[in-house]
Amino acid sequence: MRLEPRTDTPLALRLLAPIGAVVAALALCALLVAWTGAPVLRAYGLLFEGAVGSRFALTETLTRATPLILTGLAAAVAFRAKLWNIGAEGQLYMGALAAVVVGGGMLDLPGWALVPLVMIAGMAAGGVTLLGPAVLKVRFGVDEVVTTLLLNFVVLLLVSMLLEGALKDPMGMGWPQSAPVAEAAELPKLVARTRLHAGLAIALGLSVLLWLVDTRTIWGYENRAVGANPRAAAFAGMPVNRIMLRTALLSGGLAGLAGAAEICGLKGYLTLDLSPGFGYSGIVVAMLAQLHPIGVVGAALFIAGIFVGADAMSRAMPVPNYIADVLVATSLLCMLVAGLLARYRLRRG
Amino acid sequence: MDFLSIILDILLSAAFWTAVLRIATPYVLGTLGELVCERAGVLNLGIEGIMTLGAMAGWMAVYQGADLWTGVLVAAACGALLGLLHAALTVPLGLSQHVTGIGVTLLGTSLSYFVYRLVLPQASTPPTIVPFQPLDLPGAFAQTPLTYLALALVGVVAYALYRTPVGLAVRMVGEHPAAAEAQGLNVTAIRIGAVMAGSALMGLAGAFLTLSAFNAFFFNMVNGRGWICIALVVFASWRPGKALLGALLFALFDALQLRLQQASGGVLPYQLFLMMPYLLSILALVLVARRASYPRALMIPYRKGER
Repeated sequence: MRLEPRTDTPLALRLLAPIGAVVAALALCALLVAWTGAPVLRAYGLLFEGAVGSRFALTETLTRATPLILTGLAAAVAFRAKLWNIGAEGQLYMGALAAVVVGGGMLDLPGWALVPLVMIAGMAAGGVTLLGPAVLKVRFGVDEVVTTLLLNFVVLLLVSMLLEGALKDPMGMGWPQSAPVAEAAELPKLVARTRLHAGLAIALGLSVLLWLVDTRTIWGYENRAVGANPRAAAFAGMPVNRIMLRTALLSGGLAGLAGAAEICGLKGYLTLDLSPGFGYSGIVVAMLAQLHPIGVVGAALFIAGIFVGADAMSRAMPVPNYIADVLVATSLLCMLVAGLLARYRLRRG
Repeated sequence: MDFLSIILDILLSAAFWTAVLRIATPYVLGTLGELVCERAGVLNLGIEGIMTLGAMAGWMAVYQGADLWTGVLVAAACGALLGLLHAALTVPLGLSQHVTGIGVTLLGTSLSYFVYRLVLPQASTPPTIVPFQPLDLPGAFAQTPLTYLALALVGVVAYALYRTPVGLAVRMVGEHPAAAEAQGLNVTAIRIGAVMAGSALMGLAGAFLTLSAFNAFFFNMVNGRGWICIALVVFASWRPGKALLGALLFALFDALQLRLQQASGGVLPYQLFLMMPYLLSILALVLVARRASYPRALMIPYRKGER
């Protein structure tokens, strides 16, 4: 038995890979659920119901998917160019930080001007955060995986420092949280009396835009070329380093936007538990989507559904809601194998 | 002058050096583990999750009534098991070592939290065990047995890598797998074995946290230590002796920032001091990156007959 690379992967197989991976992950995690003593099918039933079973559940899942689409896109564009950005979590917090600073009432602007300004500030903050490791990579050959990972911890400490210092809300009853952003900086709600906000529209728009850039422009072509073979791209006369830095700004910017949108659309103010690991889950989203910008939307909806559904399920059963994190991690590993099976053909002999 | 005298006072106290060795221990074990994996040509980004699982599993075994050394063994075995998963996906299947490693970290971490919450659903204050006690030795030598084990393992790994046929084979598959194959070595098996052994060491590093340094398991307790170990391996240019040196140097700065934090009396925010270990690791990477001599086949999957 040996693996033989396919010259061309049919679309059906590319679509089947993530579905197969998810089914495999659900089956593997069923063993864990069974271990807790809970009835497996009923547990998964409750999870499904909690994710999409009602109007409320559905809007909650869509709300949860919003930052995941953005961090998923952040990972996808970076991984496309083989820039291993594992720092989306930190970039997200930097974006949120910029949002509460710019949107915190120091600018007296109407909403149509303030909201875009805050979003751009969030993107800039996230982009610059990734620019550091990217410069270290192209100038000194420092591995960006470790630097982006380590920066996540630095950023969280920075946020913690500012929330207890300069940015602390004087009306916050002593809690380490920032003052809320100005009303004009808030993103409008998409559906009345739910938490679903315009951040979702931004995220969806961006994934379509990125898909167009990826397939229809020289920019996208260059990004893919650098990812596929940086040496060949350099020989073809492409400015590889500049493309790398451009990709870093874009990837970090998308993660920063996720933070700014969470602040202006959902939370209103910054705390240290703004993100339950959206940056890391974004990597899983991107891999499930096989780095395809449109696929990211579907993958983000799935991951969001798992988290929202698991919360509902664990309220009704003695299954800890960490099952969602296990499911997400297992899906990633299964997806890697499924992706391999889609790219290769199994041959006898 | 005042600042210098504070530093001098700190450096001259035995308690400070006790703390340095204690802080260094998980870094020594984790860095050795990562070093063994990378010497065989496999980057193991699963380290953070493997350490978390080692910390949880070792502690849980002791909490359920096993003795401390059994807990240590359980942690090492769990580490090796996750290492097997990482190796199975990256060596024979040749999947991306970056992404697989992140997946192993996510799995190790989430699995630890899941099991901990399942066994102890309503623990508001974390339950405790009786951890390893420091040996009855003078001054900075009053360390727990796991610290001495870590120091001994530096020698063992160095000897094994440079003085035994197994070590030569491990280094060879990390430098030039095709040549190793030509010598009749089984590249796949050696790489899998090295990753499992290295991951067992990472499990030990985690167990030190819950069985020696503290007496309970907390969420987020590994707190980036695994990632710092990966930076330390580069800093040590893949040599066990230098890894020990790097871990001690790092622990020295970490212990120093803790003392300065106390001595500064809250003039500077404590977060600034806590950032130092992470920034220091990045700085160390920048300093050595230019002349780093990576194992030649690091992160390159080997498939027989493919070039």
